[in-house]
Amino acid sequence: MVRIFGPIVGLFFAVALLWSFGLGAYQIIREPEPSTAVKDFHLAPKEAKFSFEGPFGRFDNRQLQRGFEVYSQVCSNCHSLKQIAFRNFADLGYNEAQVKAIAKAWPTKAKTFDAKTGEAGERDNVPADHIPPVYYAGTGSPPDLSLITKARHEGPQYVYSLLTGYADQPAELLKKYPESKTPDGLFYNPYFANLNIAMPPPLTTDGQVTYSDGTPATVDQMSKDVAAFLTWTAEPKLVKRKQTGWAVLGFLVAATALAYLSKRNIWADKH
Amino acid sequence: MSFPWAKHYKPSHPLMVWLDEKLPLPRFVYNAIGGGYPVPRNLNYFWNFGVLAGFCLVLQILTGVILAMHYAANSGVAFDSVEHIMRDVNWGWLLRYAHANGASAFFVVVYIHIFRGFFYSSYKAPREMIWLLGVVIFLLMMATAFMGYVLPWGQMSFWGAKVITGLFSAIPIVGEPLQQWLLGGFSPDNAALNRFFSLHFLLPFVIAAVIVLHIWALHIPGSSNPTGVEVKQESDTVPFHPYYTAKDGFGLGVFLLGYFAMVFFFPNALGHPDNYIAANPLSTPAHIVPEWYFWPFYAILRAFTADFLFIPAKLMGVLAMFSAILVWFFLPWLDTSPVRSGNYRPLFRKFFYLLVIDVLVLGYCGGSPAETKYVLISQIAATYYFLHFLVILPIVASVEKPQPLPFSITEAVLGTDEAATLSGASTAA
Repeated sequence: MVRIFGPIVGLFFAVALLWSFGLGAYQIIREPEPSTAVKDFHLAPKEAKFSFEGPFGRFDNRQLQRGFEVYSQVCSNCHSLKQIAFRNFADLGYNEAQVKAIAKAWPTKAKTFDAKTGEAGERDNVPADHIPPVYYAGTGSPPDLSLITKARHEGPQYVYSLLTGYADQPAELLKKYPESKTPDGLFYNPYFANLNIAMPPPLTTDGQVTYSDGTPATVDQMSKDVAAFLTWTAEPKLVKRKQTGWAVLGFLVAATALAYLSKRNIWADKH
Repeated sequence: MSFPWAKHYKPSHPLMVWLDEKLPLPRFVYNAIGGGYPVPRNLNYFWNFGVLAGFCLVLQILTGVILAMHYAANSGVAFDSVEHIMRDVNWGWLLRYAHANGASAFFVVVYIHIFRGFFYSSYKAPREMIWLLGVVIFLLMMATAFMGYVLPWGQMSFWGAKVITGLFSAIPIVGEPLQQWLLGGFSPDNAALNRFFSLHFLLPFVIAAVIVLHIWALHIPGSSNPTGVEVKQESDTVPFHPYYTAKDGFGLGVFLLGYFAMVFFFPNALGHPDNYIAANPLSTPAHIVPEWYFWPFYAILRAFTADFLFIPAKLMGVLAMFSAILVWFFLPWLDTSPVRSGNYRPLFRKFFYLLVIDVLVLGYCGGSPAETKYVLISQIAATYYFLHFLVILPIVASVEKPQPLPFSITEAVLGTDEAATLSGASTAA
């Protein structure tokens, strides 16, 4: 039975597939898929090196603090960071008093609700609070940035490229795809998935952010620093993970070597 | 059942004697994976993968049970509860990465285990039942993995659930009501997430139960081996312990090195970045792709682009995708060659390697965007896939001239066998 029905079923699927293939191939020969502006002009993220990359990579706390300064002075106007609590900033090398001060001075206040009176109010943030959400009055809410570097391929490079990648639309693009002209209110950026991003260029002039460590705040430097900071917000346990990894692999190499020797010993008379 | 020369369990300590009379659990273990189970002496490293698969299941259950203590199966907070595990639970990041990569490791190991079965025809009599139970385990694994991937409630979780449960709507007449009943709504939401969590917790224990049957069925004929020649005599076997416990211990070490290298240094390499975006029913990702271990089957699903004999393309895709696995159930009766091992089947071997390449091509296409070129390639690859199992294997079995088999496992290992020489059946020196 199986040897009769098996081949029939097999040939049925094969013919159905070749039918689909034939129609698809005929279609593509008659009308090749048109190229699009995105296919021709979208760019992969730029090369950029970061201290946390590689198996021994570590965060550079001074860079993370600079990146935090960029976030708090620029990005935080529109983008939330809801997975991060103020207490987490201790990881960046701030002491307890500094963390408290950062929380207290945060411009978006924590929302309160009095269950007895039903009154809503506000209070200063404390280290245990998560960074409060931003209520953005524009069109659509900008994405939360907590996990942005893990939510994009080559995340840190992507953030860096996007921030430094704003440009005028190439004349070539407009000539080839006149219908793909960047609409009003959007901005051309070849690193963005559909080339036209709603976010106006956020980092435009050198010195836009005042770095407390005196590093010259060029657009390139600020972009890189905030990309590093957002890598920390996405994966705060990155350094601990890599360090633990070396300990585990070290133990396993030794254990596996012993297991191999014991296996060879046991099998010595059986080969 | 076992071979007559199998060693017998003899407890010496009075406590073990007492225990053996009341509940002979140590005897059971001794006969299952101890000195009481004689195993062919010539197993190669491909025979390590059964034990490794069992290890992966234990690993997934241990990490999963602890993750379940911290995870919240509610569509409002599921995504954030996973981030809570990553950030605020002690070693939570390790548990989660170990579990997510553990699923991939489980599938790597099981795919090798299955293809070992293909090459050495482990499905042939008298081992058909082991094979059938194995296919059941694989189906359960796929269901478990799919539902597990939905739990973090990221974009790919949500849209993957939507696409896969949408397959039920291809069933004529009852499809849509069935889909809504299964989801508890028109689209995946809290009701679906809750039942997926419940089933994701339950199914691994069902898998464990079927594995018990799988191993039970294995112990009746005993393990197969790379020559495919059955065990004839005591010199063909060694006791499982210490020989294969030692070999499996070494194999486990090598496996763990690779696994932990992924967990600690490339924990997100096999995941999709979109799953770090919280589920949003109003925003469809550019490309919806499942996890890598579903790619070959996903490619088969998408390969049907035209209606055929009045059957809608979508229904054809669904039928073909399920048939691609169901066909494995019939393998013992499709491949009728009396020779088991691919080592002695020159023609079969060529088609086997072609199948390996074919499945890799299908996987590549399944993970790529649904562009015409990938669809065209997967149509050819899927055609070969079905022809391989349903047409080519039966033909090869009847036309192929197998190479001569060794007289026994002992001869295959040592080059000579007393029994063979005495009976004059072979003159190998």
